[in-house]
Amino acid sequence: MILDPLFLSRLQWVWVISWHILLPAFTVGLASYIAVLEGLAFFTGRPVWTRISAFWTRIFAVSFGMGVVSGIVMPFQMGTNWSRFSDTTANVLAPLLAYEGLTAFFLEASFLGVLLFGRKLVPPWVHFFAGLMVAAGTLFSTFWILSVNSWMQTPAGFHIAGGRFFPDDWWAVIFNPSFPYRYVHNVTAFYITTGFVVLGVGAFLLRRGRSGEEARLMIRMALNLLIILVPVQMVLGDLHGLNTRAYQPAKLAAIEGRYDTAARSPLTLFGIPDDTTGTMQYAVEIPALGSLLLTHSWDGEIKGLNSFPADQRPPMAIPFFSFRIMVGIAVLMLLVACAGQILRMRGRLDSSAWFLRLCQWTAPLGFVAVIAGWVTTEVGRQPWTVYGLLRTAKSVTPSLTGTDVAISFALYILVYLIMFPTGIAFMAGIVRRGAGEGSTEPAPIEAGLPAAPYVQQAGE
Amino acid sequence: MWHSLVPIWTVILGLGIFIYVALDGFDLGVGILYGLVTPAQRETMMNSIGPFWDGNETWLILGSVGLLAAFPLAFAIIIPAVYFPILIMLLALVFRGVAFEFRFKQVRLRSLWDAAFCIGSMIATFAQGMVLGSFIQGFKVEGRIFAGSSFDFATPFALLTGVALMFGYALLGSGWIILKTEGPLQLWSRHAGRVCLIGVLCCIAAVSIWTPLATETIAKRWFSWPNSFILMPLPICTLLLAIYIWRSLKRDDGLQPFLSSVGLFAFSFLGIAVSLWPMIVPGHYTLWEAASPESSQAFLLVGTLVLLPVILFYTGWSYWVFRGKVREGIGYH
Repeated sequence: MILDPLFLSRLQWVWVISWHILLPAFTVGLASYIAVLEGLAFFTGRPVWTRISAFWTRIFAVSFGMGVVSGIVMPFQMGTNWSRFSDTTANVLAPLLAYEGLTAFFLEASFLGVLLFGRKLVPPWVHFFAGLMVAAGTLFSTFWILSVNSWMQTPAGFHIAGGRFFPDDWWAVIFNPSFPYRYVHNVTAFYITTGFVVLGVGAFLLRRGRSGEEARLMIRMALNLLIILVPVQMVLGDLHGLNTRAYQPAKLAAIEGRYDTAARSPLTLFGIPDDTTGTMQYAVEIPALGSLLLTHSWDGEIKGLNSFPADQRPPMAIPFFSFRIMVGIAVLMLLVACAGQILRMRGRLDSSAWFLRLCQWTAPLGFVAVIAGWVTTEVGRQPWTVYGLLRTAKSVTPSLTGTDVAISFALYILVYLIMFPTGIAFMAGIVRRGAGEGSTEPAPIEAGLPAAPYVQQAGE
Repeated sequence: MWHSLVPIWTVILGLGIFIYVALDGFDLGVGILYGLVTPAQRETMMNSIGPFWDGNETWLILGSVGLLAAFPLAFAIIIPAVYFPILIMLLALVFRGVAFEFRFKQVRLRSLWDAAFCIGSMIATFAQGMVLGSFIQGFKVEGRIFAGSSFDFATPFALLTGVALMFGYALLGSGWIILKTEGPLQLWSRHAGRVCLIGVLCCIAAVSIWTPLATETIAKRWFSWPNSFILMPLPICTLLLAIYIWRSLKRDDGLQPFLSSVGLFAFSFLGIAVSLWPMIVPGHYTLWEAASPESSQAFLLVGTLVLLPVILFYTGWSYWVFRGKVREGIGYH
């Protein structure tokens, strides 16, 4: 088992994609935030917006750079470790992946340079426009990637010939049944994740007595976003769950912790799933609430995992727990967002030490929720890579030995354990220097760039 | 399977890979030369590639997903066959990119990140060269899958192409430094460029002798009548271009050394294409056999024909914005 190339390839995939997804989870929201700040700076002309924008752009540059380098790894994984999957699905999925590269990556990569280096080189409106384009690029990128992932969950618009998928209807492929839900659920999650980071950083700066004006604005902007998006996200999550019930009932059974099919299903708050006996141990349940939440009716039937053939069941424990982590965090987030608004109405927002400290502690919560959500949906899809059609075991590269993958996995672990902590420490350093006046000037703008190069003036 | 989009995709993909090689080639080349200069000159070299390397590397993604989309069977056979060179290349690129970002921030660790940048550039280049060598030699294939071992890549020929690409990228890098700098660093690059040129030419000669000896189809392609007559201009032009590069490395202050080095890559690229055409998995599958269905290629082509020119325009524009010489010791104005 230990040197099984399939198992190790799966672990390697989890490792590289989990680290990678942290960056889009942050940069998608941050790009939109920077575009808003640039817009405010452009239309109001107040320098404080430019200072906040420049501050976050410095952090964006680092995280985007890390996103690019860890992102280059991803398409190659599909060839090195999942070549059977590539051969089988490429006719349908590869054009979408290629569109991701074309539309989004290049928009980002080209306008990013202007956003990062160009503040003094191009007119203000061009700079603002570049900010908008970078934000649009990140959203397009998310669009295509999630379309691919959704197709693997709920394939549509294809036929199978010679053991491979062939496209019939591109519209049906792209807008497959789970895609609209997954897309809005994810983008909202990314925005919320960024919102909590901005909130936490603002709170940190305020507590340290640094860049007070900037910090207060950051906190208020973040709280305004969160009080809207966190409740919206709960509704979106519910809709996504209904979609999962319709198209991936086995995944839903695992999430809900149901082994047996029943009407008036209880809501299982906690328990220890045991796949070998097909029972939930130590279950803590609320009667009938499960049916109400999922079917929006007291008597709705929820299919249990035992009603699926044994070789078509996902493992229950991982989706069961990761889903509860995600929902638990959502509740916590709602409390923080509400507390912030209440304090603000009472005019005690900036002086409330406990709340500012709380904001700091909750800053990374979005990342945990994003990872938990992904684990839920991906493990819940097992044992398939393309739901119901292509098994994970049939997707792996046949020529690989356990030793091959053990070597590559070890190297990925080593390099990522150097790269990511260093990057995080690096961004923490930028945060510590603050966003106030004086923090921007000596260290201008950087995209993996130091001081931007001296550019020869025309006619010089 | 004989649909008409295959030649178009062959051209697009060939162009994409060539642009990647020319662009990321020069910044990898600058990285290879990086260890050989003084710390002050390193800053200048870094600044000369700073605004570009990120965009350059994205062409690698276009190349890989383009291959996956247009010729999925080739992707599914070739990439597993070069499992370790790809792994090493990716890790080296990651390391190098990270070093790029961090060396400016962590002054205490600067020498460490400098070393990571330089060694990462060398390893990434060498690994790419090995991928090329393995590709030319061909793979063990059964049905639609690669049937060899993940260690098949390690052959003397792949080592040769690895070294060849290091000389080649370093040549591009020195051409770029000549374009972007002045004074002692530029002078140094002129010398370095000529050393690299000699290295590249030796490697090209070795590859040109080795491949026809090793592979009968390649020998037939080049040395049968009337092919050898029709193809004669290619080696002759390569030689003439090499002489031109040598001279421009000596005295030109602008684009000539860089552009003519890119030309040398173009001729080598053509040479390989002539040797392998029409195979994309040498010895097993042609471009047409490995192609995705017309529907897939057409769907992607629509967007590509709109977006690729836009992308090329942006790329050109960002190079224009950051044109001119980078001066030593002068940071941001």
